[in-house]
This record gives sequence, C-alpha cells and structure tokens, in this order.
Amino acid sequence: MQSRLNGVKHADSHLQAVLQRGRFAVTAEIGPPRGANIAPIRRKAKLLRDWVDAANVTDAQSAVVRLASWAGCLVAMQEGVEPVMQLQCRDRNRIALQTDLLGAAGLEIPNVLLLTGDHPRFGDHPDAKPVFDLDSIQLIWTARTMREQRKLLSGRDLKPAPDWFIGAVENPFAPPLQWRAERLGKKIAAGAQFCQTQFIFDVKIFKQWMRHVRDLGLDKRCYILAGVGPIKSLRALEHMRREVPGMYVPDDVVQRLRGVPGDQVAAEGLKVCTEIITEVKQIPGVAGVHVMAFNWEDSIPEILERAGLSRRPVGVVVNK
Amino acid sequence: MTDLPRPFRPRGSIQAMNALHRVLDRKNPLWYGVAIVLRKTPPLYAAFTEVERLVKHRLFGCRMCGQCALPVTAYACPMTCPKQLRNGPCGGVAPDGSCEVYPGMRCVWLIAYERADSEGRLADMRRLQRPIDQRKWGQSSWVNYWVGEDEDLWTDEDAIADSPSLLLSPERRA
Repeated sequence: MQSRLNGVKHADSHLQAVLQRGRFAVTAEIGPPRGANIAPIRRKAKLLRDWVDAANVTDAQSAVVRLASWAGCLVAMQEGVEPVMQLQCRDRNRIALQTDLLGAAGLEIPNVLLLTGDHPRFGDHPDAKPVFDLDSIQLIWTARTMREQRKLLSGRDLKPAPDWFIGAVENPFAPPLQWRAERLGKKIAAGAQFCQTQFIFDVKIFKQWMRHVRDLGLDKRCYILAGVGPIKSLRALEHMRREVPGMYVPDDVVQRLRGVPGDQVAAEGLKVCTEIITEVKQIPGVAGVHVMAFNWEDSIPEILERAGLSRRPVGVVVNK
Repeated sequence: MTDLPRPFRPRGSIQAMNALHRVLDRKNPLWYGVAIVLRKTPPLYAAFTEVERLVKHRLFGCRMCGQCALPVTAYACPMTCPKQLRNGPCGGVAPDGSCEVYPGMRCVWLIAYERADSEGRLADMRRLQRPIDQRKWGQSSWVNYWVGEDEDLWTDEDAIADSPSLLLSPERRA
C-alpha cells in the first residue's frame, strides 16, 4: 500500500513499522537461482512467510550471476513476503544505480540494502569490468538525496520523489576494529536507517562493537540487525573462511564443528547459530536478527523456533 | 583508467606532505595565477601535468583522478583501492589487514587509518567524501585545486553528527 502525498511516493515498510514499534525484527535472505526460473524464489518465500518481517533478495552475491534482485523481490511480494532489494556498486554506475532505485520505488519495493559489493575476482566472471562509480556510503547518500531533496545527483527534480527504508551493512570483525562503529556512523550520516551486519560467530567482538555503537548513540539513529547463519558442513566452513570476504570464524567454533561426526556437522552448525541468536538478542541496542542460510533456507524456520522467535503475524497486505 | 588499481603504500612522512601542502596552499594567490596561465597554455599544462604525474605516482601511486583526496586520507591514495572507495575501508579486509582483492597487500584504507591515527587526524576519516567526477581523469589535480574546483569534495569533520547534504546549493555547484 502506498500513498502519494506531497509529491512523494511513500513506501509502506512493514519492517520499519515493526522496528519502530520496538518489536524484535527478523529478516532472512533468499538467494535467487542461477537460471531463468522464479519457482525456487516462490518456494523459499512461502517457506519464510510466517517467520520473517522481511526477506532480502541478494544481488549477484559474491559476484556470481544469478536472477536479478528486483525480479526476486517482485516474486516475494506476490507470495506475501515483504522484500529488501539489494543493490551493490560493483556492476552499475550512478546512472544505473539511480535508475534501479527509482524502479524499486515505482514497484513499491519498500526496503533497499545498499552495499559496495564483492570484487569480481571472487565470482564467476573475473574478466568483467568492475564499475565502483560510487561507494556504498555515496550510494546511501544518493538514495537519501533522492528521497529528501527529491533530486537526482544531476540536480534534476524527481516527480514524484521515491521513498524507501534505507539499509546498510557493516562488518564489526574487519580491521580496523576500533573504526567499525564510526564507519556505521558515516553510513547513518549518509542516510542509513537500518543495518544488517556480517555473520557473527565471535559474540565477544560483536559485543565490543555494540558497546562502541551505543557510546556513539548510533543505536538510537539506526536499527541494528545482527547477522547470523548456520554452517552446514565442513566444506561450507572452509568455503566461508577462504572465499567469503570479511568472514571471521573463531577457533572455538571451528573446533566445535570439527569435533563432531561428519553427519552431525549440520545439526551442530544449527545449534551454534541458535545459541548465537539467543546471546545477541540480549545485547542492548540490537533491534533484530538477519538470518543468512545460503542454499539452506529450509533450516531457517527451525533455527528461529529454537531461538525462541515465534512466527510473525502476517503483516504484509499485497494488492496484486 | 583501464589499469587495475592495487593498494599503494605512500612514500614520505605525513609531516613532509603537510609541509608541502602548506607551500602549495591555494590561499596563496600566486598559485591561482599559475593555474590560470597553465590552463590558457596547453603545452605548459601538458608539461606541468606530466611532472605532477611523475612525482605523485612515485610518492603515492597516483593514478591522476584529477580531484585529490590525499590531504584528508593521510596521503594514502584511495584511487589505488581496487574498489575505488572514497569512503573506505570496505568490509572485506582480512583479519591480517590484507586487501580483499590482493591478499598479499595491505588495505590502503587501513594504511590511511593508521597514518591518520598516528598524526591525531582521525577526524579526517569522519568526513563524507562526495562522488568524484569521472571526467577529470588525466587532469592536473593541482591546477583543479588551485582554481578551487574541488572545494566540496568532502564534508566537515562533524559529518557523523550533522547528516550533511550531498548536493551543493546551486550557487556553489561548478
């Protein structure tokens, strides 16, 4: 449901409403397929519908070509799941970025997650030209400008102006650790209203980051969702540690997963994830949790249930 | 711009660079005059730009973006970042400080942070840097600086508290 008031096409973000009401929010990730097929997205959306306040549809994650985020978002909406469209700076210049942002607003996709993106080196097209015309902070800043000043970067007016609930990512575990809270501060200054963090496996470091975030008053200006996810196998563990930038899995978690028989690693990984959610829920300033289970979205309802996060009332009304 | 940027550790101390920057400060009207003459005389401009390129490339790995951020990055060049981040570092920095894209090399924004910290200039890292003009590659950043074209490349230090505007008021836009 959107309204057009005062020349702005207002987004009606259920995720934002949940967070504003002070309810602990749950978001999850839907990875689109590598093929011209939306059925997997439908299936995952149906699976997650009762459990999440919104679901991200990733955008060429890890620089690997998959079905577009915006397309996946439309499918999610048709299935009654509010989407978060992901948009990264690696593949698009400022013209395309603003174009896609307007497209999202026009289609009534209420939430956007704006990030820099992994370098093509990691993906299936390392021979592609990296764009990076803007960085994530500039992209967030651009989105806020489009919404509040109702202008494009060129200075031209937008009629009607778009509106989204603007999200950023931050990695509390990447050096320089002491700077990571202030970096979130810069994203907030640029316009970030919510933040989904990189995977948390080291709760101690995350707690330190949250303390710093609270000291800077950033938790009052931005809703922070703790990023978590289950590790499915030892192979997945090695992949995460070697191939995924910014992923930090501490030794005690590694030992734990290696310490169980091969067929029980998935169960143990699920347990670790559930425990982390239970811990981070208690940290002041954490407004919700963001569950990432790449290729294992089926595990998400069980994780949430075990972590004591009950089914959500179905809040999205989609008139499609 | 088709070369692949790799993080470059700057040569020379920050103090030396700050001293040089003070000498070349645009507040001195002499430099404005120099810039105008250079712009009006293409062969001189070309020669000057080539000298600038040689010097800055040697010291900073400069790629001649034409709109220099060095004064607020402790002279670690953000255009040597493979992702061209003007507001770095990204979240992909490895635990040992390596660049996400070039694991053997230290993240240039981490270098910038460490250098700024050692000089008590972390406040510079709080500025928001505006998108660059991609048409200026190859231009002399010194000339652009002297004529005041890059006055608004970055915000004040209080950006985090202030939520500054990206767009400048029409009077100030180039």
